[in-house]
Amino acid sequence: MLNKQLLIVGAGPAGLAASIEAKKAGVKDVLVVDINMKPGGQLFKQIHKFFGSSAHRAGVRGMDTGAAMLKEAEELGVEIWLNTACVGFFDERVACIEKGMPDGSKQIVYMKAEKIIIATGGQENVVRFKGWTTPGVMGAGAAQTMINVNKVKPGNKIVMLGTGNVGLIVSYQLMQAGCDVVCLVEAAPGIGGYGVHASKISRAGVPIYTKHTIKEVKGNGPNGRVSEVTIVEIDPKFQHIEGTEKTFEADTVTLAAGLKPVSDLVRLQDIELVFNGPFGGWVPTHNEKMETTCPGIYVAGDTTGVEEANTALEEGRVAGVSAAEALGAISAADAEAWRAEIWTRLDGLRMGPFGEKRAIAKKEVMDAFPGVAEA
Amino acid sequence: MCMRVTDHVILGQDVDPKMIEITVDGQKIPAKEGEPILAALLAQEIMVNRYTVKRNEPRGLFCGIGQCTDCAMIVDGRANVRTCITPAVEGMIVETQYGYGGADDVK
Ligand SMILES: Cc1cc2nc3c(=O)[nH]c(=O)nc-3n(C[C@H](O)[C@H](O)[C@H](O)COP(=O)(O)OP(=O)(O)OC[C@H]3O[C@@H](n4cnc5c(N)ncnc54)[C@H](O)[C@@H]3O)c2cc1C
Ligand code: FES
Repeated sequence: MLNKQLLIVGAGPAGLAASIEAKKAGVKDVLVVDINMKPGGQLFKQIHKFFGSSAHRAGVRGMDTGAAMLKEAEELGVEIWLNTACVGFFDERVACIEKGMPDGSKQIVYMKAEKIIIATGGQENVVRFKGWTTPGVMGAGAAQTMINVNKVKPGNKIVMLGTGNVGLIVSYQLMQAGCDVVCLVEAAPGIGGYGVHASKISRAGVPIYTKHTIKEVKGNGPNGRVSEVTIVEIDPKFQHIEGTEKTFEADTVTLAAGLKPVSDLVRLQDIELVFNGPFGGWVPTHNEKMETTCPGIYVAGDTTGVEEANTALEEGRVAGVSAAEALGAISAADAEAWRAEIWTRLDGLRMGPFGEKRAIAKKEVMDAFPGVAEA
Repeated sequence: MCMRVTDHVILGQDVDPKMIEITVDGQKIPAKEGEPILAALLAQEIMVNRYTVKRNEPRGLFCGIGQCTDCAMIVDGRANVRTCITPAVEGMIVETQYGYGGADDVK
């Protein structure tokens, strides 16, 4: 069995930031594992410029922030295993890891980690309608990964469901990649995301149907692929209004109905969870150190409630510092001061009309924390 | 039609990607070395990766990041390989998967 001081699961902004902070605080032996072929998590598909303050790299494209973090982590000597999934834990922080080998095969590795940070991010919600499993119906994030990371179009004629920021941004990016976005469909009476993103869509002349949903997708394309999409108006109780159907020819449907935290690893442990609507579902409770009810296991980022890259990054930093403190790399007083600085920035990120809801949600999750269990 | 985005307003042009060949259901197709197998398939407009166990329904790309298993195929004889997170390697043999991809499942 391998031994590690600190194991971090997930190489998104939260996991990478945690690894950087832990290294800076003097932890010698830091390993980050990620199931994907490339590190950076969701950040690497964000080719648009971000909002926020300059302290948080606003105006910088997500992918460039990701590349900068990766470089810093590598320079500090963080070990990163890609194509590698953490598939479960045994008691006493023994992790079972499916390690990707250079020849493409996988090897099971058992690892005893003194501390663990879980930063597994979020996953897209699905929407069910008649024909939702037809090939060509996919998550908006999947389409985004294809165009922005792999530079291949998932289809030619696309219907987007959802007009939150993800729906708007991915629609625009699909057009940048040369796809034809047929229309956007939104159940709510108004557009969900920021006006700047929406105006890019309207300027391109793409219709946005609010108070509408998808009624049916037909798969009469090659090999049963999507061939047409029927949308329908809905009443305030989200019921279809007969006779308002419109049918479009399309080969792809992208779903942008929000994200939920990936909590499978957290669930495998005796970690206390709470349900939180604004955060996307069940999330682990934690204290101001980002430690869970299970001693030595920390959480950070979208796993603890779906927010954004900067909050994920700052939470990762808190977890990294706390793990370093628990490993004896820095004093409690130093760690406390370091964390206070980060929390001030986190509070700043959770202000304003969009942020305030998240500030309340975070407080609820932390108020529910009953304390770390006895080791 | 090739679905590759060769000239992107923000991402620019690819500088000389190393092209390789993989075989999909007996047919040779080009791939960029190291790209996910799924990307090479999409470039050729191949959308269906597998057929389901119970109802034999087609499935294809859904999450693109290894979470859903809709893109599973038989790769070099091994079933249930998620093609969205598995890099393409020269000479790889990729097959559409039926059911669990075992000998009894071949349609
Ligand atoms: C379309 C879109 C637009 C966005 N735009 C913005 C924006 O403008 N501004 C902004 O601030 N934020 C934006 N975001 C949100 C931001 O990208 C995320 O909030 C952020 O990436 C979350 O970071 P994370 O580290 O918690 O998770 P992720 O980035 O999701 O990383 C988690 C990582 O963990 C890995 N993983 C999961 N399970 C395992 C396992 N068992 N074993 C190994 N590895 C595992 C995953 O592969 C992944 O790489 C956007 C998101 C999307 C989808
Ligand atoms: S598309 Fe979901 S695992 Fe590959």
